[in-house]
Amino acid sequence: MSAGWASGLPKEPDPQPTVTPTEPSPTPRADQSALPGIFDLGLVFVTGKGGVGKTTIAGGLALAAAQQGKRVLVCEADSKGDLSSLFEVAPTTFDARQVTDGVWAMSMDTEASLREYLKLNLKIPIMGRIGPLAKAFDFVATAAPGVREILTVGKLCYEVRERNYDLVVVDAAASGHIVSQLAAPQAINELVKVGLIRTQTDWMLDILSNPWKTGLVAVTTPEEMPVSETLELAARVAAETTVRLAGVVVNRVLPELFGHSEEAVFEELRQPAAVGAMSEAAGGDVEPVLEGARLAVTMRRTRSAHLERLRSGLDPSTPVLLLPYLFSRTYGLRTTGQVAAALTEELGV
Amino acid sequence: MASSERRAKSSAPAGGGEPRQRGRAAGWRAPRGSLDGLVASREIVIACGPGGVGKTTTAAAIAAMAACHHGGRVLVVTVDPAKRLADALGLSGIGNTETRIPDSVFEAAGFTPRGELWAAMLDMKESWDALVRRHAPDAETREQILANPLYKTISGRFVQSQDYMAMERLYEIHSEGKYDLIVVDTPPTRNALDFLDAPQRMADFFSSRLLRWLIVPYRSKLINFASKPFYQVADRILGTQFLADISEFFILFQSMYDGFVARAETVTRLLSDRRTTFVVISTLEATPVREAEFFATELVRRDLNLGAIVLNKVLPSYFRSTKNISVAKTMAERAKDLVERLDVDRPLAARVLSDVAESFLNFSVVARREAEQQDELSTSAEVLATVPFFDADIADMEGLLRLGEKLWT
Repeated sequence: MSAGWASGLPKEPDPQPTVTPTEPSPTPRADQSALPGIFDLGLVFVTGKGGVGKTTIAGGLALAAAQQGKRVLVCEADSKGDLSSLFEVAPTTFDARQVTDGVWAMSMDTEASLREYLKLNLKIPIMGRIGPLAKAFDFVATAAPGVREILTVGKLCYEVRERNYDLVVVDAAASGHIVSQLAAPQAINELVKVGLIRTQTDWMLDILSNPWKTGLVAVTTPEEMPVSETLELAARVAAETTVRLAGVVVNRVLPELFGHSEEAVFEELRQPAAVGAMSEAAGGDVEPVLEGARLAVTMRRTRSAHLERLRSGLDPSTPVLLLPYLFSRTYGLRTTGQVAAALTEELGV
Repeated sequence: MASSERRAKSSAPAGGGEPRQRGRAAGWRAPRGSLDGLVASREIVIACGPGGVGKTTTAAAIAAMAACHHGGRVLVVTVDPAKRLADALGLSGIGNTETRIPDSVFEAAGFTPRGELWAAMLDMKESWDALVRRHAPDAETREQILANPLYKTISGRFVQSQDYMAMERLYEIHSEGKYDLIVVDTPPTRNALDFLDAPQRMADFFSSRLLRWLIVPYRSKLINFASKPFYQVADRILGTQFLADISEFFILFQSMYDGFVARAETVTRLLSDRRTTFVVISTLEATPVREAEFFATELVRRDLNLGAIVLNKVLPSYFRSTKNISVAKTMAERAKDLVERLDVDRPLAARVLSDVAESFLNFSVVARREAEQQDELSTSAEVLATVPFFDADIADMEGLLRLGEKLWT
């Protein structure tokens, strides 16, 4: 699968087949209701503020799509190694490896991407020269934001173009960085008028701007900062990139403990006389347990308000998927399965 | 140390609804190894840790508490506070300018601060421009850089330059000697350690041999033998014009090299000075804990002062008590018996009670997982502060001081 992501470039002068003839002509901001669901896309970037569970959702999405019979590649963009723990496998590498039925995993590595790129496009003998070249590249990439993304996002676009997988899920950069990454091919396209990179940004943009092919999924939690950041992200994605926001996943939604009549009874149960009677019958103080429920109810209420703010701030056609808080002991394949099941249910497939 | 009267004014319980706790025993003193004591003995507090754990709010709370209790002039340099909090403190749109938080903001929270609280945000464009003005060798170079189109793109988006700017600003403000305490909130980065290396990386960047390779073809018509292969490759990938643009930019920037390197070294020294302490902030979720742990280890390895670990959004300890858990199990199993003698809608009450018990047991699972993670983390720092889940978001000075009280004790 990793045998040469850039190998198609010189051989294929007309990189158009990303849009199949049956599809309507792509417009960047097409009506969402006519657009495919997340599982029917070819390339999905998963982003979110730090700490909201971005990697977990990316892994869950990949697993859920695989359970629908798709061949899925899941890629970790900033290799912190969390993806491998979701599937309980050895750390992911640049070369994709199968981690479970229908799911292959890899981690992005700029230097490995560059190595492949050079090997295939420039016929450069790799040994001995890659060190200084990689440094030089690092240097140019630091100076000119966007050059790095041409390689990393380019590798992913390539996998889509070659149809090596049905779906590529990217555990992408956090919401603070994703916009400049997704906008990079366009920015470079404007700066660089000739050369290999120009050719590459042309076909990358064809894939990224196609709402039938590519989508962004923003992960958030029902809390103040994550919701605010998600709304800001939605606005920036629309204004600064050609990528469609295909959905918002709200992670860690607390269950509703009880409705109105139950709450009235709960208040009665919290009266000192009732607490005393129940404690006697239970053989221990029930007060802390009731206090725990009160905290859960208050937490849920605060979070509901943020959820409302999120819904009213988003375009009504953007799907909002709610994922329950997982009261789990640990993280691993079992919880990834729970996330996948919840996502499948929310997506109604 | 603050007088007990002032301290008492600020103390407020964490939960909503309960009556405000007024007063605390006279002569109350911070226990050994408190954040109170740590902050009182330092000039610089650097708040760091993984993203999304309440780092910015915690940094603001530390600064507000120090201004209240220790007095003097306290500055918090912040990156991206929650909008409502920024609005409440009057920070919106202040940019790099250090701005004093008016006493009226404290008074609205029922408090008279002993000192002054100042705040500044980190504006990247302004910071870069200031840097160029400082280091440019002459007015002509300065104007050329500021007008360069590549500079305009880069100053906004330069990879990881936020880290460098945060440290640069810290040094600049500290050397002016205007403040008794500076609390710095570090920018969210992919790797929480990036900002530690930022000054060095910036210096390396400008001293790079590759930079010279890149520039040579434009300086003279002679292409250096060693740089030729690199140049040919770069030319084929990037195209000649783009490369020329980059080179021009770096030729201009290289004139500032000496200034950068000298500055980077001084900033690095300041970070390892005894007057500086690091506070690692995290929650007890699995991923942040792993990052915080790595960060704490790395600080120690680098001989930097890891002053405290602050854990936010910690579930109350009653969820972990084995006695409570066993009562909850009984409640879940025998809900009907327990409401037997009560004067309520018994079938409904039994259902509510068993739901309540199940909910408690669910949270207990999480609380016990968290407790284990807390034990692993707490060994590395001299101070450990835990902050409970708050019912509501922290959106004003009262909320900040409420959080601060939890931190201080």
